[in-house]
Amino acid sequence: MANSEIRAPLPGVYYRRPSPEEPNYKEVGDNVSKGDVIGLIEVMKTFTPVTSEFEGIIVEFQVETEDPVMAGQVLVVVEG
Amino acid sequence: MAITKLLIANRGEIAVRIIRAAQDLGIKTVQVYSIADATSLAVQMADEAVEIGPPAAKKSYLNADAVLKAAKDTGADGIHPGYGFLAENADFADAVEAAGISFVGPTGDMIRTMGDKASARRAAENAGVPTVPGSDGIITDMDEAADLAEQIGYPVMIKATAGGGGRGIRVAETAEEFAELAPQASAEAAAAFGDGGLYMEKLIALARHIEVQILGDGTDFIHCYERECTLQRRRQKVWEEAPSSALSEDVREKLCSSAVALARAVGYRGAGTVEFLYDDESGRFFFIEMNTRIQVEHPVTESITGIDLVAEMIQIAGGEPLSIKQEEIVVRGHSIEVRINAEDPANNFMPFPGVVDDLRIPGGPGVRFDHMLYHGYQIPPFYDSLLGKLIVHAESRSSAITRLKRAVAELNFGELKTTTPLFLLLAEAEEVRSGNIHTNWLEPWLETNEAKLASIGDNEK
Repeated sequence: MANSEIRAPLPGVYYRRPSPEEPNYKEVGDNVSKGDVIGLIEVMKTFTPVTSEFEGIIVEFQVETEDPVMAGQVLVVVEG
Repeated sequence: MAITKLLIANRGEIAVRIIRAAQDLGIKTVQVYSIADATSLAVQMADEAVEIGPPAAKKSYLNADAVLKAAKDTGADGIHPGYGFLAENADFADAVEAAGISFVGPTGDMIRTMGDKASARRAAENAGVPTVPGSDGIITDMDEAADLAEQIGYPVMIKATAGGGGRGIRVAETAEEFAELAPQASAEAAAAFGDGGLYMEKLIALARHIEVQILGDGTDFIHCYERECTLQRRRQKVWEEAPSSALSEDVREKLCSSAVALARAVGYRGAGTVEFLYDDESGRFFFIEMNTRIQVEHPVTESITGIDLVAEMIQIAGGEPLSIKQEEIVVRGHSIEVRINAEDPANNFMPFPGVVDDLRIPGGPGVRFDHMLYHGYQIPPFYDSLLGKLIVHAESRSSAITRLKRAVAELNFGELKTTTPLFLLLAEAEEVRSGNIHTNWLEPWLETNEAKLASIGDNEK
């Protein structure tokens, strides 16, 4: 099956969970649907949700919580 | 002891501003920076620069140990914290002084006193400064609370101590409404936050935000008059001016004197701002809080008084007495500052951390642009969106607004989206021109003018 890549729409800091006390939105092995939130990007103190454009199973996170990311950088690899 | 080498524990436009003040005083400068700011204007301008960590502020600009180490390693004998980050961190101020370095600001204890709402309110009351009338802590008995509301005078705002995001807040105009709404606010807060505790404050419907700039050297205390910062969006100031067009000379004198009284009562040292709500209807003013640092909007005060506030605070930290006396301060003309943010006002003020691919800076009489930009600069996405502040000065308020429009129109950032279209529109708004504004005026106005704002943004492209 082909892999798809979810990329950062904006530069900033990536978060895998909505707040430090809460669990990650998604883990490796989880199913994703189109529109599912897979993380947040903080840019200039504003938080923007990152959503999946693909359906499938998450096979890899290429960034972790609090990693700085560039626009267009691959965040998540989805198989499906 | 006079500071000979100043470390700037901040970034962006305020770092540039502090470097300039230090250079004018003949003081060497050390700029600390995160990896993301290696190419910043402040790093280029300072005599020395020290990297203190990764982009995330809590690992760099908020890392007190890393900042202190940089100061010790470079032999800096003063630290200026700017605004934000460590500026109002009492423990940091203490640690700087304990290391034998001058902290450009008040003592840790003063920061603690003013940083805590309850103790700041007590300090103000002890100094005879009026505070917003309200309940003394949590309301426990509804009948007593109703009596208190009567004493304070309606309308009153009933607030849940555990409230937030607008929940647990009610406004009561009459005793009947109070009896109905107070239990509702309590129930809502209990359901949402698990705590039904309430407190109460007098509602000031047509409030203006007016603040007084003060300076103290621990012995003498002066004010540099007031600034009006009533135009706010999401509680962020967007347009600041001085003097306020709302105050009579009599009220101005009382307001400024009460700010000095508070500074004197706590033996204040450094530059500070005493913030008030001003009730346009009754002509009364009420203390809200004191900021123990330099503020973003300090240049409007510099414009009307001719005082270099940043230089003054560096000299005070170096042990010098105030260089000016109250009677020497003369207000001349009118000044307006607008905040140029990397945000797209046509798109709900979305952050826009782009590249400065073109740059034209306005000039001419009465125009000042405090900023962090240069051609080709990539704005980092990790910090707030303030790029610079455009400050104009003219003989009257109306001529300052005209000059502001001219200067904003001169600004050019190429493809970068900024808040400049907002100011072109605000400068033409009838309520702004007549000064008929209050703290809740801007947001509904923005909703009404959304399409106009978007079209100015399009024309700029």
